[in-house]
Amino acid sequence: MSRQHELFQGLRDMLPMLLGAMPFGIIYGSLAGAAGLTPWQTLGMSVLVFAGSAQFIAISLLGGGATLAVVWLTTLVVNLRHALYSATLQPFVRHLPKRWRVPLAFWLTDEAFAVVQHRYAETDASPHKHWYFLGAGLAMYGNWLACTLIGLVFGQAVPNIGEWGLDFAMLATFIGIVVPMLRNRPQVAAALVAAGVAVACHDLPYKLGLMAAAFAGIVVGVVLERRYRLLQDEVF
Amino acid sequence: MENWILILGMLAITFATRYSLFAFPDLRFPPLVRQGLHYVPTAVLTAIVVPGMLLPDGKTWALSPDNAYLLAGLITIAIAAVTRHLLATIGGGMLAFFLLRLWLGQMPI
Repeated sequence: MSRQHELFQGLRDMLPMLLGAMPFGIIYGSLAGAAGLTPWQTLGMSVLVFAGSAQFIAISLLGGGATLAVVWLTTLVVNLRHALYSATLQPFVRHLPKRWRVPLAFWLTDEAFAVVQHRYAETDASPHKHWYFLGAGLAMYGNWLACTLIGLVFGQAVPNIGEWGLDFAMLATFIGIVVPMLRNRPQVAAALVAAGVAVACHDLPYKLGLMAAAFAGIVVGVVLERRYRLLQDEVF
Repeated sequence: MENWILILGMLAITFATRYSLFAFPDLRFPPLVRQGLHYVPTAVLTAIVVPGMLLPDGKTWALSPDNAYLLAGLITIAIAAVTRHLLATIGGGMLAFFLLRLWLGQMPI
């Protein structure tokens, strides 16, 4: 496929993800003011940080009077999952020059990761898959900035917008990504263990339960995959 | 001013996590790590979703029939399992959630 075709395909494949991110961006734009951010700072955080869950947690913490250090530490722990995404995609982008790797990393969200990983897993030998990555990243970024702006401008007009439960959109998006991946026992076990540990550790400080759960799920997945393979080897 | 420092710090931290492994193009992972990476999306996203359904406010258990996050979450999982279609899952899940909240009288209107 040509560069433009890859770029456009990346944009197009992100469309369902944009629907899921919209409510979250709008609610962030609406509520950031109450946490003490000026309109420019609200928009600036979306432009510069571009991390939905971290931005949302930051304004909740700010509203509760947390210090800079606490917000930064929580941002780090919540966003550590991106290091895992970075590791997963590294084999596919390592041939690219820095001027590509830096912006692609900036646009590496949960949603872009899911879509892009899928594209790289396809076996065609297109040399322009990074253009697909770029398209997916730009779609998510543009959508996020637009929704922040919409929340900023119109959020005040909607009474109690924080009570609408717009955050459910993120859960629906992640469910839509994960469920089709649960195709074998190790994947199902990884999900169950991650869920159990996340729930058991939900009151650890700085959202540390998330990383504990992720690692537990990964370890169980690998252990089961190895055992499953060993059993197969014995049968054949 | 302090808010801008906060934002710049968050930018540095977030970018550092995303760029972390892209910064080392010569690095090759051992097979065990590569195998583990196959489980990253499943483990990470499930660890966000399930507490979001069972403890919607992040603190208190909500194992009750009036917890729209839990009910709509289960409906969304069912839609995803049957259709395996992302747009149908997100759209259908959100629709189910808001209908449930309306029905349960939880919408602030």
